[in-house]
Amino acid sequence: MNAAADDRALADAIERIWDEAQAIGLRPFPTHFEIVPATILYEMGSYLMPGRFSHWTHGKMYQMQKISYDYGLSKIYELVINTNPCWAFLLETNTPIQNKLVVAHVLGHADFFANNAYFARTSGRMLDSVSLNAERIRGYEFEHGQLEVEQLLDAVLAIQEHVDPYSIEMPDDPDDDRTQQRGTPGPYDDLFERDEPIVAPPPAPPRNPFRPSEPDRDLLRFIAQHSPILDDWERDILGIVRAEMLYFYPQMQTKVVNEGWATLCHATLLHRLDLPHDEYVDFADLHAGVTSPGAQRLNPYHLGFNLLKAINERHGGDDEHLAADLFDLRETASDLSLIRNELTEEIVDDLDLYIYGPVGDDIVVTEKRWEAVRDRLVNDLTG
Amino acid sequence: MFHANTPSTDRNASTRPSRSSTPRLLDSSTRASVSLSRGDWSLHRKGAIDQQRHQRKVREALKANLADIVSEQSLITSDGKKIVRVPIRTLEEYKFRFDRGDQQGVGAGNGDSKVGDVLARGGRPGPGQGAGAGDQPGIEYYEADVTMDELAELVFEDLGLPNLEPKRLRELESEALRFTDIRKTGPFANLDKKQTIRQNLQRNARKGEARFGDLATDDLRFRTWEQTVQYEANGVVLAMMDVSGSMGTNEKYLSRAFYFWMVRFLRTKYDRVEIVFIAHHAEAKEVTEDEFFTRGESGGTRASTAYALALDIIEHRYPPADWNIYPFHFSDGDNWPSDNETARVLVERLADFSSLFGYGEIRPARAGYQSSLGHAIAKIDHPKIQRVTLADRTDVYPALRAFFSLDREEVGASQ
Repeated sequence: MNAAADDRALADAIERIWDEAQAIGLRPFPTHFEIVPATILYEMGSYLMPGRFSHWTHGKMYQMQKISYDYGLSKIYELVINTNPCWAFLLETNTPIQNKLVVAHVLGHADFFANNAYFARTSGRMLDSVSLNAERIRGYEFEHGQLEVEQLLDAVLAIQEHVDPYSIEMPDDPDDDRTQQRGTPGPYDDLFERDEPIVAPPPAPPRNPFRPSEPDRDLLRFIAQHSPILDDWERDILGIVRAEMLYFYPQMQTKVVNEGWATLCHATLLHRLDLPHDEYVDFADLHAGVTSPGAQRLNPYHLGFNLLKAINERHGGDDEHLAADLFDLRETASDLSLIRNELTEEIVDDLDLYIYGPVGDDIVVTEKRWEAVRDRLVNDLTG
Repeated sequence: MFHANTPSTDRNASTRPSRSSTPRLLDSSTRASVSLSRGDWSLHRKGAIDQQRHQRKVREALKANLADIVSEQSLITSDGKKIVRVPIRTLEEYKFRFDRGDQQGVGAGNGDSKVGDVLARGGRPGPGQGAGAGDQPGIEYYEADVTMDELAELVFEDLGLPNLEPKRLRELESEALRFTDIRKTGPFANLDKKQTIRQNLQRNARKGEARFGDLATDDLRFRTWEQTVQYEANGVVLAMMDVSGSMGTNEKYLSRAFYFWMVRFLRTKYDRVEIVFIAHHAEAKEVTEDEFFTRGESGGTRASTAYALALDIIEHRYPPADWNIYPFHFSDGDNWPSDNETARVLVERLADFSSLFGYGEIRPARAGYQSSLGHAIAKIDHPKIQRVTLADRTDVYPALRAFFSLDREEVGASQ
C-alpha cells in the first residue's frame, strides 16, 4: 500500500476522532502525531522523552526493549509526551484500526495532561528543556571527561526518585499558555485566582551553608544545596536530574487513573465511530489485550479502565457518553485518591482482585476481602 | 559543522524533522489542534550511541570477570572458533529498594479465584530464580555475545613471552602494514593532505599564482602501504602435562584449561611459535595437540621422564643458541619419591637452557603440605623458574598472567 494514501486516511481519521473527542467533552492540548519507525519509538521509550541526556542505562534500556521487540515479546504502539502541544509518536507498522485506537487513547492522555491537577505545574515545554539539559551535560562531558560525568550520573540516578514532588518552586514560565487553556470557564473561576503563582518567600540565608536549618525530604535538592564537596557543574547535574524527575513524577503518581482515563476515552470514542464489523472485531481484540488482568502484576489499564467505567455508569454515562462527574474526577484524582475513594466491594469482586504471597515454595492467593485488597493497594502506593 | 549537528544534540534534528522536508498532512491553517507528519528519522542514532556506551561497560565487566570466564567449561570444550555466549550479571544501577518483608502483591484472576489458589509452583514466578515473589526481579543475566578472538584479545591484552631474546637462524615472522609510498589514486580515507596541498601549490606556482585553490583531481595524493615482515626471535614452548592416575578430573581440567588458553595465546600473538606437547606418567611421550587435550591415561608418576624427553628434544631440534625455550609443566606434584632428586637436577638443566621454566602445581587450596615434586623444585634457586599453585578454576587466569606477564616485577599468582 502506498504510504501517502495511508497517511491521508489516517489524517482524516485523526480529524474525525478529534471532533468526537470534543463532542464527548474532552479538552486535550493540541496534539501533533508523528509516524516513526520502531527503533525510534523504542529509543523514546527508553529515554522517556526524545532528546534526553546520554547515559549508559538509557542504552541498556534501549537494547533490552529492542531485543524484546525483535523477538516479538513486546510491542509499543505509541508514546505520548506531556507538553503543550502534546507530541505523540505512532509506530509506522500500526494497522489503520490500531492507529484509530491509539489516536483516541493518545487524546485521552492529552486531555488528562491538560486537566489533571497533578500536572498543573509540569512544564509544557519540557521537550526543549531536556534537550538543553542534554546539551549542558554534553558540555560537561567535554570539559570534565565522560567518565567523570558518568560516575556522577550513576550516583545521582541511584537516588533520583528521592525528590519532593510537592515542593513549590516552579520557574515562572510566562510563555506557557497552559494556564489560559486549562479547564472550561465556570462559576468558581474567581476562586482559582487565589492559586495564581505562589511565590515562595526567599529562604533566609543559613548561618552555615553546609548546616541547613531545616530537614529536607528532597534528597537531591538537599545535596545540591548543602554538599560541601560538589563543584558547580556537579550541582547543576543534580538539578537537571531533579527537574526531570519532578516532571516525570506526576506520571508515576497517576499511572492507573491516567491509563484508565485514556482507555475509557478510546473505548468511548471508538464506539462512536461506528466501525465496520471486521474493524470492530480487531478493535475488541486489541482492547481486550490492553485490559487483560495480570495474575501477579496488576495491570493499570485493567484496573483503571474498569474503575472509571463503573463510576461512569453509576453517574449516568454509557458506552458513548462520559458522565459530567467523571470530568471532575479526572481533574483531581491521583492513583491514591482513586483507589482509596472508589475501589468498592463490587469492583474488587468483579475484577476478581486478590492478595497473593509466598506459602512455602508456592505463590498462593492469600486474601480476597475487598477492604484488605484496597488497603494493600493504598499501602503500596504510599510506600 | 557535522559535529555541531549530530542528531543526539540538535534538538531540531532529534525531535522534530525539519519542516521543509515534512509534508504537513493536516493543514494547520484550518485546524490548529491536530497535525500529523512522517519525518525522515533514518539519521537518528541516539539510542544506538548510548547502546555502545552500555556495550563498553559490558566489555569492562567482561574484563573484570575474566578469571571466571577463562575457566568456563563451554569455552574450553568449544572448538575455539565460535561465537560464545558469556553470561554476566547485568549491569544494574544502584537503587534503594524497599524490603517488602511479607512479599505480598495484588493480582487479578479470571473471576473464580479462591483463597489458597496456587499461582506459581516451585517458588519463584517471573524472570528468574530471585528470592522475590513477583515484586522483586530475579537475578538478571545478560548474555554477551563475544567471539573467541575478542575474548582472547581481552585475556592477552598485556601478556607476552617473557625474556625473549634475539636468536639467529630461523626467525619468527609477524606481519605488519606500513604506509610507505604515495600514489595518485587510492581510497579517500588515505588522502595525504599535506602532499595534496603541496601539489596544488606547485601547480598554481607554475601558472605564476602563489596561492592554494582550484584543487584538481591531478593534485590528489594518497598514501599507500606495503606488507612488511617483522622478524622476531624464535620460540618454542614445551607443554608438559602429568596424566598419571593421581591426576583427578579437576586437576586435568585445570591443566588443560591453562594449556588451551596458552596455545590460543601463542597462536594469536606469535605467528610462528612452535609448540611441543609432552604427556607423561611413569614414562613420557611426545603427543599431538589433539591427543594432548583429549587423552586420559593412568599409572604412576615420574616427572623426570618428561624433563629428560624435553632435554632430548631441545638437544636434537631446538638448539638453545637459536631458540628461546619455554618449558611448562603441570602436575599435582605427586611424584614417585625416589624420582625427585633426578627431577630436580633435570629441571635445573632445563632452566639453564630456558627463557622461562614454568611449573604449575594443582592442589587443593587448604592442603597445607608441600608435594614431593613441588618441594624438590622449590629447592632450586634459579631466576628463570616460575612456580604457580592452582586450586580451582578461578586460578587459571592468574596463572596465565603469572607466566606471561611481561613485567616480571608484579607476578600475581606465584607463591
